[in-house]
Amino acid sequence: MTESTTLFPVFAEELLPGGGHRSFVLKRGELLRLTDLNGNANVSLTMLNAHEKAERLNLPDSLKCQHTAKLTNGHCLYSDMGRVLAAITADTCGWSDSIGGVLCAEEVEEKYGQGRYQELRNGFFRNGTDNLLVELGKWGLGLSDLLMTLNLFSRVNVDDAGLLHYVPNNAKAGDYIELYAPMDTLVVLTALQHPMDPNPQYAPQPLQLSWMKADASVAEHCRTSRPENQRGFINTDRLFA
Amino acid sequence: MSTAKYSNQNAASQVLAPKLARAPIYRATIPAGEPWLKEIKAGQTLRILDLEGNQAVDTLFYSTANPRERYDVQRTLRRQGRVYLSTGSVLYSNLGRAMLTIVDDTCGRHDTLGGACAQESNTVRYALEKRHMHSCRDNYLRACAHDGRLGKGDIGPNINFFMNVPVTADGGLTFEDGISAPGKYVELRAEMDVILLISNCPQLNNPCNGYNPTAAELLIWN
Repeated sequence: MTESTTLFPVFAEELLPGGGHRSFVLKRGELLRLTDLNGNANVSLTMLNAHEKAERLNLPDSLKCQHTAKLTNGHCLYSDMGRVLAAITADTCGWSDSIGGVLCAEEVEEKYGQGRYQELRNGFFRNGTDNLLVELGKWGLGLSDLLMTLNLFSRVNVDDAGLLHYVPNNAKAGDYIELYAPMDTLVVLTALQHPMDPNPQYAPQPLQLSWMKADASVAEHCRTSRPENQRGFINTDRLFA
Repeated sequence: MSTAKYSNQNAASQVLAPKLARAPIYRATIPAGEPWLKEIKAGQTLRILDLEGNQAVDTLFYSTANPRERYDVQRTLRRQGRVYLSTGSVLYSNLGRAMLTIVDDTCGRHDTLGGACAQESNTVRYALEKRHMHSCRDNYLRACAHDGRLGKGDIGPNINFFMNVPVTADGGLTFEDGISAPGKYVELRAEMDVILLISNCPQLNNPCNGYNPTAAELLIWN
């Protein structure tokens, strides 16, 4: 699905540096494109209803209603209230991971060693838990609101015995994922390596964020991909009826 | 407990048997479709027993000292490198600490990806008209409201004891008939003081309870 990149004009662009964290409201009708600039990017993501922040991304609900453990083009990301916070309308790498989550400060130090601001300045070793807590904190949110996170651009396979296998290099330079918001959605994200990436070096990769004005047609294939998503969009559209 | 209960246990549980042969300090039957909240002290052993088979027991854990600290699905799965829970699984918190360890399991594996059912998710999964069927997250909210220490913000992804949700090699997720049976149980040792929050799942729309929710039993030993 590459059509949307040409159909809708970009109204804002930003670089998200490796290790960076960002939060913003993606308004109903807007499309966010995340582009992996160098390859091997990973973005840990959570989302909330921008107006009623007790309503949050619920990955278990998203997985079970679409009978999937991975998330990719055509899938919807559901809140706990049965609404679609975002639809994945394009994905050139084919797999985002719902299992790996984020590391905390102790786990980052255990994996990469000590990397403090005092010595490394803005290259210090950041961790997904604290990066997301900082962004959530800017909206008056806290530890309770850090639920399961989605790792965009990353793939973890599950074998017949249930064992997890991280798949290296799932995303190549230029790969992108697009998220369409059918409601006003608070997006909270950070660009850090996937927790199961075996690379012993702290080397988070940068991304380009691009915002576009779109319309519901861009997510039509998500809405119609299964009856569950049709009902999810009905629940969502009632917010604006 | 009759001694016959212990006759077909594996080696791990035989080590525990002398301790568990003592009478539990707490024993309760959770009727089908009910919430249950109980504090467990560090060092105590908790057994959740599937009395009639194929009953999903939706379970959450919180630190008693700081209820904002709760069971963390993704850290737990990542650290054990496996997507199902069973004997040996350490249940980690969102602050990276061990909360409980599964020390025995006669069922074999338990789901922790599928979450708890809700009125709202039922409208998506089954039909808009299914909104008013009873659900686990309504149970959680009711128990939290009465307890006072917990609220909606604390209700995160849970464990579904006795539930069978296989993940396939191509990333699919399926809900299948339970692999549990009458008398199957799971035992956990608390590594810290925890609040146990259970919804004995009332879901009637899929095979997670064999379309017939039944009672579960809770036992605690010092």
